Amino acid sequence: MTATFIHPLTSFVQKTFVITEFELRKLRHDFTELITRALQPALWLLIFGQVFARSGAMHTGNIPYLDFIAPGILAQSVLFVAIFYGINVIWERDLGIVQKFLASPTPRAALVLGKGFSAGIRTLSQAVIVYSLSLLLGVKLNWSPLALFNVLVIVILAATLFSTFSLVIACIVKTRERFMGVGQVLTMPLFFASNAIYPTDIMPGWLKMVSHLNPLTYVVDALRTCMLAGSPSTLGLSLDYAVILMTMTILVFVGARLYPRLAT
Amino acid sequence: MVSSGNMSNLVLEIKNLTRRFGVFTAVDDLTLSVNAGEVFGLLGSNGAGKTTTIKMLTTLLPPTSGEARVAGFSITTQAVGVRRAIGYVPQAVSVDGSLTGYENLLIFAKLYDLPHREQQARIAEALDFMNLAADAKRLVGEYSGGMVRRLEIAQSTLHRPKVLFLDEPTVGLDPIARDAVWKHLIDMRANYGTTLFFTTHYLEEAESHCDRIAIMHQGKLDALGTCKELEASLGPGHTLNDVFVHYAGSALDTGNNFRAVSAERATAERLG
Ligand SMILES: Nc1ncnc2c1ncn2[C@@H]1O[C@H](COP(=O)(O)OP(=O)(O)OP(=O)(O)O)[C@@H](O)[C@H]1O
Ligand SMILES: [Mg+2]
Repeated sequence: MTATFIHPLTSFVQKTFVITEFELRKLRHDFTELITRALQPALWLLIFGQVFARSGAMHTGNIPYLDFIAPGILAQSVLFVAIFYGINVIWERDLGIVQKFLASPTPRAALVLGKGFSAGIRTLSQAVIVYSLSLLLGVKLNWSPLALFNVLVIVILAATLFSTFSLVIACIVKTRERFMGVGQVLTMPLFFASNAIYPTDIMPGWLKMVSHLNPLTYVVDALRTCMLAGSPSTLGLSLDYAVILMTMTILVFVGARLYPRLAT
Repeated sequence: MVSSGNMSNLVLEIKNLTRRFGVFTAVDDLTLSVNAGEVFGLLGSNGAGKTTTIKMLTTLLPPTSGEARVAGFSITTQAVGVRRAIGYVPQAVSVDGSLTGYENLLIFAKLYDLPHREQQARIAEALDFMNLAADAKRLVGEYSGGMVRRLEIAQSTLHRPKVLFLDEPTVGLDPIARDAVWKHLIDMRANYGTTLFFTTHYLEEAESHCDRIAIMHQGKLDALGTCKELEASLGPGHTLNDVFVHYAGSALDTGNNFRAVSAERATAERLG
């Protein structure tokens, strides 16, 4: 045996990145997926966005409507991609892969967070797509390196958050059929009860309250602050980051507790 | 019943191990010890509780009651110690088809904290040993069933575990691939003293490779000993098949469930 003593925290960080690395290695052949994923944000921005921008129905203050929803659509596509991530662990469970990892000394939280990060990095392609479309549509973007870096971090954290949420659901429902059902039921409410495509000011009181409990609202606000020229934040970037990081941490803990259920 | 060996030599000590699912008892008061370096076969018809037993011993499933020590570590209170000391090859396919053979080994070398300097040498040795060196850079999705099993064994023994648990290691393999898998397992025991604890439905496999076997039936341990002892216990002229039929009711028992079959099918499909 070659067990050397390693500090638990060091080990946790190391193992998390090992899991992330190998999850990403699996993607080498996944180019069709990148193309199909580009479709949805394109439809939302090019059709929905343009129609509503023309109608002038949405009052988004001094920001043009297309500018207003570009970060919202990025957040939405991050959500839609990440929320179905859990199907992979169900697939790995139906084989024996999850069981084998759980029988290894790898910390459970590292298994969960490692997978979450990999989903986060995968989702960066959505940022590239939304930025390209925004450029095409004349959205006034903030190109400062700090702003771009923030967008990168927010997208990764948001995707980690929602993919970990997805993994938690997978650990509870355990079968593909139930998982797809739950995933579909959850995405639309999360999306509509947020500030992604309209400001929370125009919502009825109850919905406004719900939207403030919805992590997607904070993701959208953070992206809006960093992506757009003029940094139009409603909630404040620090609050956004705090809510995102806290929700993510809680979900990783819950995921680490529930993940062993997949092996039983 | 025979159980020999002094305390320090026992790598597996199972005491009154029990697991219930609701009111159903899948493993019922199992008590049994295995010596270091032994090849131990757990036999029993579908639903006998073999996989459930292995899952408890590998810390994947908490027991309802009872206790077990694996390489000296308690499965209930020292799970991480157990995990460091064991290797596990599950019933279904457990390597990743979208990674290469080499990558499948590399990730486990890292997860088990093999010293950085040794990783490449260990992996190369394991690939050589399992006859997979030429296919190391191919995606595992393109491997044959026998290659997949050999890779799984390589993967779960990179860290030189004290005990290797194998759940039906040769299911779905043709006779040549089965022989190859066994040759590697036996070599491994000879080289590293690894204790092998495995389940199987192939009696001839148990007969030719096991030091001792246990027969489980409806969650209970019904027979334990060397093949010779078990055959002799029924009187002269009996085969291991007779022993199995005597203790397990028949070779094809009821109690077979959907998950077992679908897991097996999934394996067969992937190994296809
Ligand atoms: N998670 C579970 N929930 C409920 N019942 C279960 C669960 N896992 C196993 N069982 C039941 O426990 C019994 C023993 O199952 P187990 O998988 O241990 O059998 P086995 O001996 O490995 O069978 P096989 O040879 O088919 O692999 C079966 O009747 C099975 O239905
Ligand atoms: Mg089984």
